[in-house]
Amino acid sequence: MCKTCGCSDGAQTRITHLGVAGSHPHPHPHVPADGEAHLVSLEARILDKNDRLAERNRGWLAGRGVLALNLMSSPGAGKTTLLEKTLAELADEFPLAVVEGDQETTHDAERIRQAGCNVVQINTGQGCHLEADMVARGLQEIDPAAGSVVFIENVGNLVCPALFDLGEAARVVILAVTEGEDKPAKYPHMFHGADLILINKIDLLPYLSFDLERCLGYLHEVAHHAEVLQISAATGAGLEPWFAWLRAHREKALAGS
Amino acid sequence: MHELGITRNIVSICSEQARGRKVTRVRLEVGLLSGVVPDSIRFCFDVCSQGTPLEGADLEVLEIPGEGECRSCGKRVPLRQVFGHCPCGAGDLICVAGKELNIKDMEVQ
Repeated sequence: MCKTCGCSDGAQTRITHLGVAGSHPHPHPHVPADGEAHLVSLEARILDKNDRLAERNRGWLAGRGVLALNLMSSPGAGKTTLLEKTLAELADEFPLAVVEGDQETTHDAERIRQAGCNVVQINTGQGCHLEADMVARGLQEIDPAAGSVVFIENVGNLVCPALFDLGEAARVVILAVTEGEDKPAKYPHMFHGADLILINKIDLLPYLSFDLERCLGYLHEVAHHAEVLQISAATGAGLEPWFAWLRAHREKALAGS
Repeated sequence: MHELGITRNIVSICSEQARGRKVTRVRLEVGLLSGVVPDSIRFCFDVCSQGTPLEGADLEVLEIPGEGECRSCGKRVPLRQVFGHCPCGAGDLICVAGKELNIKDMEVQ
């Protein structure tokens, strides 16, 4: 009940994200009586802020004709090695930039810088994933030219990064054969959200008990819409289709700007 | 442990909307396919709410089961994972429920 006028529309009050309150014209502040419990309907999406910032990133990138990719995997699956090989192959064709996400150190960014690429390191500290605002700041730093490809190397983790849209055009998930063929079944959120899945370190298959057919079966079950490529970032095996995928998606991003 | 960041978001949204009033109860809607563990949110809530208008508030989590719609026959089927099969044999289901991650309402004094 309102202390000023005694009206009792409290339970119906809807507060939107804009903070607009009151379902009827109310010329004075709406104050509940002392001690009275008052229900505030919020219907607020918890990740709304991240999702809005991600959309802003997406618009910013599209306006510049920049292709941004969210690279995700568990730690040690070969994201940075893949980037080194990719930079060596494509740096002469179009501008490339990297946003590196790690909890600590600039080791990966150093490796990328050594490869001659524009790179910014984001250290998340306690954080187990990148969020859209961090990427926005990273993008401002690297200031990618029109027609660039920006690789956002997420924190190595198959759980948390799956939930956070960064504004990327596509999600690329890397699975190393040293991890076991059932990773897609164990971490379905990550693989279900992928647009492209790279099965890495296939040069090691002869030395492992990794069941490739079973892995492909799991991937078909969890992420039947995703394209799957088998590669070895270390030896370079199977990388041509990956480069072709990048060229085609870059063309698409550029055509849309 | 993305639940920590998510719980911070919950506390921040509710504190802002409470406008100085004390929050005594918060109700969340968490889909069972959202990738968020309700128990982890409960665990983080006590820590994150300390020193805020939400300190000591009850946290109620309404769990929403997953549901998919078949792209082939249009039938709705329960989903226990983000992917699944329709009884018609098709494996192409769109998740129509179970990914919610919302603050439904809160009680203030």
